[in-house]
Amino acid sequence: MRLTQGCFSFLPDLTDDQIYKQVQYCLANGWAVNIEFTDDPHPRNTYWEMWGLPMFDLSDAAGVMMELAECRRVYGDRYIRISGFDSSHGWESVRISFLVNRPAQEPYFALERQEVAGRVVRYATRLCPSREATP
Amino acid sequence: MLDLQCANNSSLCGGAASPPSGFDLRKEAEAAGITETLRELEHELIGLKPVKSRVRQIASLLLIERIRQRAGLVSSPPTLHMSFTGNPGTGKTTVALRMAKILHGLGFVRRGQVISVTRDDLVGQYIGHTAPKTKEILKKAMGGVLFIDEAYYLHRPDNERDYGQEAIEILLQVMENQREDLVVILAGYGERMTNFFASNPGFRSRIAHHIEFPDYSEAELLLISELMLKERGYSFSAAAREAFVNYIALRMTQPFFSNARSIRNAVDRIRLRQADRLVSDLDRMLEIKDLETIDSSDVLASRVFSASPPGEGREPSERTS
Ligand SMILES: Nc1ncnc2c1ncn2[C@@H]1O[C@H](COP(=O)(O)OP(=O)(O)OP(=O)(O)O)[C@@H](O)[C@H]1O
Ligand SMILES: [Mg+2]
Repeated sequence: MRLTQGCFSFLPDLTDDQIYKQVQYCLANGWAVNIEFTDDPHPRNTYWEMWGLPMFDLSDAAGVMMELAECRRVYGDRYIRISGFDSSHGWESVRISFLVNRPAQEPYFALERQEVAGRVVRYATRLCPSREATP
Repeated sequence: MLDLQCANNSSLCGGAASPPSGFDLRKEAEAAGITETLRELEHELIGLKPVKSRVRQIASLLLIERIRQRAGLVSSPPTLHMSFTGNPGTGKTTVALRMAKILHGLGFVRRGQVISVTRDDLVGQYIGHTAPKTKEILKKAMGGVLFIDEAYYLHRPDNERDYGQEAIEILLQVMENQREDLVVILAGYGERMTNFFASNPGFRSRIAHHIEFPDYSEAELLLISELMLKERGYSFSAAAREAFVNYIALRMTQPFFSNARSIRNAVDRIRLRQADRLVSDLDRMLEIKDLETIDSSDVLASRVFSASPPGEGREPSERTS
């Protein structure tokens, strides 16, 4: 199932050129750019692993693209996202976040229904391995 | 690097479909801002004939390259890595800054910042420290110029396990594969750079332009001193000028002479003594002229004149006042 998280995720995947321009936009705004990766894209998993330290003192996005290439080389089979963190007073939060890599086989999510006391129904989203991978 | 979006001058763009048939060279050069930068280079730097003509050549090549691209002719992005060799204070750092401006004006580097580093910024203290350190610097320099001063310290021939080698390998790789992303300028003193290149042929072959900075003559040093004084709003009196001519001749024979930098230091100390002389007599009216003029006594009080001839066991130092 095609994961849709963060900005641009309903569009076709960004090309490297487009990623470069988005990152340059972040740098021009003085945001710290982070590269993060995970093998658990569950929407409740907010803790993705960081690739290196935040990059906030670069002039050009080529430096970030260099790290991204390195990250893809090592974790090409996982989800990778880039985020821009605005540390200025009053914001102090992530301003942009978008996917820049997905595994060849994406997992899917199952909706699980549970009936509990008093006819109450509870739902949970469960991460399942990709259908193609499971026989 | 070669992004040829005609940023500020739409008349340069020509038709979107067919390339323009003629180019106005003057307009092209001015739009790129190189006429201005070259003029500054000519006027604000004394002497350095061979350096200026090389910089001019490179700027011309880049300008033509840019026009060829737009005309749809075969064009190959030129290799722009350089090495500047010359004695201390001959203006290597100063020219590197100008070079970055020219490259930026012509669109051969995207941002035009200069990151100036030495061995300590690139090489780490323990295993696994060097690569991230070097990469950190490279990332900062992307889109601009990486200026490595005294590059030969990267290579320690006496220690084959030195971490400098690791930094060199990363640099070589980026210099080759990311030529569009950054320009590397190596600088250092002549002979040691030659040895460095001899033991690191990879560097030599990746560098397109080797530029040598000659020492300044006495006449040039005098012009430099006058230029520096002028920039700071001072001038020599006739006697002071004569005294400074003698100062230069003496200072050049003494140890730790470093060309224009020694002159700059001398100028700064002369200003100190001038201020001291003015303040020592509080009961007089100062005129503008007094504030601006350097007197011969300000120059002659220098220790250079009282120093014993070199080689008599005096403590030699750049502090020579
Ligand atoms: N041709 C010149 N005209 C005017 N000023 C100059 C000239 N060359 C050098 N200077 C001045 O001399 C000082 C030292 O120059 P610079 O730092 O560029 O030397 P350098 O070659 O980089 O020396 P080092 O090798 O010791 O780093 C600067 O203040 C610079 O402005
Ligand atoms: Mg220097």
